[in-house]
Amino acid sequence: MELVTPSIGLVFWTALAFIFLLLLLRKLAWKPILGAIHEREQSIDEALNKAELAKQEMARLTAQNQDLMQQARAERDEILKEAKTLKDSILNEAKKQAQVEGSKLIEKAKIEIENQKKVALAEVKDQVSTLSLEIAERVLRGQLDDKTKQEALVANLLKDVELN
Amino acid sequence: MDCNQVFVSKVKKVIFVFTLLIAFLSIRNNTFAQVDSTIVSPDSVVAESAHAVSGEHGATEHGEEKFEPTKVIMEHIADSHVWHLWGHTSIPLPVILYTSGGLEVFSSAHFHHGEHDYQGKYNKYRLVTGLKQSMTKDMFNKNIKVVGADGQIDEAASDTVIDFSITKNVAAMFIAIILIVIIFASIAASYKKRVGKAPKGLQSFLEPVIIFVRDDIAKPNIGHKYAKFMPYLLTIFFFILFNNLLGLFPIFPGSANVTGNIALTFVMATATMLVVNLNGNKYYWKHILTPDVPWWLYPIMIPVELIGIISKPFALMVRLFANITAGHIIVLSLISLIFIFKTLAIAPVSVAFVLFMDVLELLVAFLQAFIFTLLSALFIGMAVEEHH
Repeated sequence: MELVTPSIGLVFWTALAFIFLLLLLRKLAWKPILGAIHEREQSIDEALNKAELAKQEMARLTAQNQDLMQQARAERDEILKEAKTLKDSILNEAKKQAQVEGSKLIEKAKIEIENQKKVALAEVKDQVSTLSLEIAERVLRGQLDDKTKQEALVANLLKDVELN
Repeated sequence: MDCNQVFVSKVKKVIFVFTLLIAFLSIRNNTFAQVDSTIVSPDSVVAESAHAVSGEHGATEHGEEKFEPTKVIMEHIADSHVWHLWGHTSIPLPVILYTSGGLEVFSSAHFHHGEHDYQGKYNKYRLVTGLKQSMTKDMFNKNIKVVGADGQIDEAASDTVIDFSITKNVAAMFIAIILIVIIFASIAASYKKRVGKAPKGLQSFLEPVIIFVRDDIAKPNIGHKYAKFMPYLLTIFFFILFNNLLGLFPIFPGSANVTGNIALTFVMATATMLVVNLNGNKYYWKHILTPDVPWWLYPIMIPVELIGIISKPFALMVRLFANITAGHIIVLSLISLIFIFKTLAIAPVSVAFVLFMDVLELLVAFLQAFIFTLLSALFIGMAVEEHH
């Protein structure tokens, strides 16, 4: 029976030692150890959460960047297109204007030329008339040197007048 | 938690251990009865015991001593006032006796292994070792007896003396406690030093165990109030584990059968019982005092529930005690085979079996610490559970 009969001394020392151990370890070991483990777990959790958030943020930023890029590209295309049309229109306009201007100039030139021609013709006419008068005068003079010829002329002229 | 398998194997094991124990005790009783009739009867016990001891010594020297495995094993399993190392070398331990006269403190070396009586301040004491003690059918496991004026053991006076000696088990337990305190204080220091960093060295070796106790024992069984009971659960876990492991160690700092002593398991089980019942909430007490059965079953149910308060820690006490004691008994029995057969040829077989048993006991050391802690957590969980 000795095996299954607890001895008082051992019960006493065990109880004392166990209570002592429990109190000592609670203060000395379990509190700091469990506290540290808990803290570390929390910090790890936090870090993981933060990493997850950062990842999401990163994904969001990348998406945003892509969006921005796309938008910028679209905008660039738009601007290029606009510029092209603008250029075309300006070119057309300029062409048209140039044509108009050109035709105007040509018109003006034509008028000028016409005018000049007229002036020149008038001048030529003048000169021709003067010359012809002079020539006529000279001819007449030449022809009218003698009387016969004069008479002939007058006669001739009278003939013409009669005809008229 | 899935404990069914563990429980089934435990039950089988406990049954096995008890069978072994019963077989053992019956053998012992027969032996003692025989020895009883031959040795104890003479009138002068002093002379007789002195003669017996000298006779034994003489016999040992001539190699003719009859090897008694029961005696050897029981001496190891039981507590002792000296810490036997090897041969005739042993460490004497302090004897502390509380007598009617006052406290008596002296070294157990004065007994010279029971060969001499010691005259203390108040009484004369005699160390009665293993076998002789059980021959007196002593229920209170007193190894130290008061010797009367006539040289006989004075049983009446012996009953008034309470033995608070630092026995082998107490010393081994103190060693385990010192070890635990040193280890965990150093770990706590490294936690303070390496705040928020990964564990290192011993810290990383024991941290998973601590987390195991927290996450797999305390949390699932107790629930969100687990934090309050963590120090208790961790302390019983490591206290039992270290004592179990030291018990497996065959020489000095180990070798004592601390957790296989009913006194220690009794204290541990009582501690669990106190923790459970002091923390029991109104639902726990309602379940015990007004169980959910028809009122006319109360006369049966209430006593059953009240017995349950005691029987749960009682099972804890017996489980740990029986498992560890059985392990020690088996190992020693296997070693004893060599001496029983008186041949070295059996040694390889013995050693192989002992190796197997030691490895098994290593598992059992962890398993029993785990089971004790798990069941404590389970009982605590039942007591603090909130019903909605």
